[in-house]
Amino acid sequence: MRVQEKIIEGLLWLSAVITILVTVGIIWVLLSESLTFFEEVSIVDFLTDTQWTPLFADKHFGILPLVAGTMLTTAIAIAVALPIGLTIAIYLNTYAPPAFRATIKPMLEILATIPTVVYGFFALTVVTPFLQSFIPNLAGFNSLSAGMVMGIMIIPMISSLSEDAISAVPKSLREGAYGMGATKFQTAFGVLVPAASSGILVSIILAISRAVGETMLVAIAAGQQPRLTANPLVPIETITTYIVQVSLGDVPHGSLEYRTIFAAGLTLFVFTFTLNNISFWIRKKYQEKYD
Amino acid sequence: MTNSELNRLKDKAFQGFGIFCTLIGLVVLAIFLLNILIDGLGRIDWNFLNNLPSRRAERAGIYTAWIGTLWVLVLSSLIAFPLGISAGIYLEEYGKKNRLASFLEVNISNLAGVPSIIYGLLGLEIFARMMALGGSLLAGSLTLALLVLPIIIVTTRESIKAVPRSIRDASYALGASKWQTTWYQVLPASFGGILTGVILALSRAVGEAAPLIVIGALAYVPFAPSSPMDEFTVLPIQIFNWISRPQAAFATNAAAAIIILLFITFMLNGIAVYLRNKWQKKVKW
Repeated sequence: MRVQEKIIEGLLWLSAVITILVTVGIIWVLLSESLTFFEEVSIVDFLTDTQWTPLFADKHFGILPLVAGTMLTTAIAIAVALPIGLTIAIYLNTYAPPAFRATIKPMLEILATIPTVVYGFFALTVVTPFLQSFIPNLAGFNSLSAGMVMGIMIIPMISSLSEDAISAVPKSLREGAYGMGATKFQTAFGVLVPAASSGILVSIILAISRAVGETMLVAIAAGQQPRLTANPLVPIETITTYIVQVSLGDVPHGSLEYRTIFAAGLTLFVFTFTLNNISFWIRKKYQEKYD
Repeated sequence: MTNSELNRLKDKAFQGFGIFCTLIGLVVLAIFLLNILIDGLGRIDWNFLNNLPSRRAERAGIYTAWIGTLWVLVLSSLIAFPLGISAGIYLEEYGKKNRLASFLEVNISNLAGVPSIIYGLLGLEIFARMMALGGSLLAGSLTLALLVLPIIIVTTRESIKAVPRSIRDASYALGASKWQTTWYQVLPASFGGILTGVILALSRAVGEAAPLIVIGALAYVPFAPSSPMDEFTVLPIQIFNWISRPQAAFATNAAAAIIILLFITFMLNGIAVYLRNKWQKKVKW
């Protein structure tokens, strides 16, 4: 009996430890292929060259254009999702009647469950033609439309995490503000948002991390032309799109081109890993503020 | 206008803006679904579901894609569920307070934040190359299983946590061992929550295209897969492939395939929500 208990505990332990192996596997795969890559391409060129043309005859391996493309779509997405998401969070928390809130929240969550290829189709076939009707020089593939649709996709992320943070503000603070004669608007922006700021910040960071790693939407709608630009009207390429682009072609295993996707993947991983850890740190540091 | 009138006006204005923002997401969603339905609904018929892919848009179907999706769902469930549920049980019932457990916890939240395409790179190197599985169903399913593992672990832990201490104490008092308590008391009591998590994980897996493209799943597969070692494609990849083509007829095909994909996604989510509500009502400690 005791032996059986121990065996079961061992198996359960093993399942839990596999998750560590996954992390180790990811880091090892990215690092080992990237190190071989950096034996052939200098890391200084990788970080400073302003051209990314590994698939052309005249090869340049500067990651900056891909990083710029990623930043651009992410910035547009956050510019759409942050004001809308935060307003929704405040509105649902302080203004909306409970019944309305109970029906709206799950409906907004639908936005987060739709597969991202589907959003890509929407950006390419609906949003881009619509925007082109009043921005005539908008290209067929562009970061504006991809970023805006991505913003709509991450609204529920910001709204629900921020709403949780605002709900966690102690009732006494809220009632104190109302008691002083503050309106709901004044209470929300003078008391609740500042008090919930760490939670709201976490939601924004997680949304950025999500946007940086988004793949199919940008691969479909933002183009496949690495370009160091802040112009949202022209085709660009994100880090994730580049990985997809190479995976779709036949690049032979072991070639320099093959390793570029791991170097690009490592860059992406560094961004999301840093963002995620900043968010843990903030959460941990401010978690017990009111307890 | 006095100061307090101005404040009340601002309050009203913000309320209006709040309603506007809440509705804008839903209106966009409605426009979008309507648009897809208008484009694609007419294209869906028995042939569309049963035809093999073709270069001619009007003869192309999604047979290989949905069979591939089904295979991937079943295989990755078989891999991810036992692992994820066991890991969740370990973290919640066994190794609760030690340092390994807190490290595991941070690690799992980190894994949940890793972009899906990075899992694709992991799968490409480990499963497709080192284990020589190539772009097979098994390689794809293993990759997606790792991708959804954090979701399953987190929901398993949450549902186990909701089981009250008294149930466990009563079981121990009757002389049950730790595993007997977990297996006969805790797991049945938290089953609804775990099942909900598992279905949500499935609905995540069904929409993933990027990691499967990276491991080498093909856009064009002439025959439906019949074993885990076969090459495959899935619905999202088929959709991506059709979207990338310039001809309008393929865009119609893409819209039709999207309707099928959304149907599957919404159905899975609907089941998850239904189960959650049902279980919450039934279990009152």
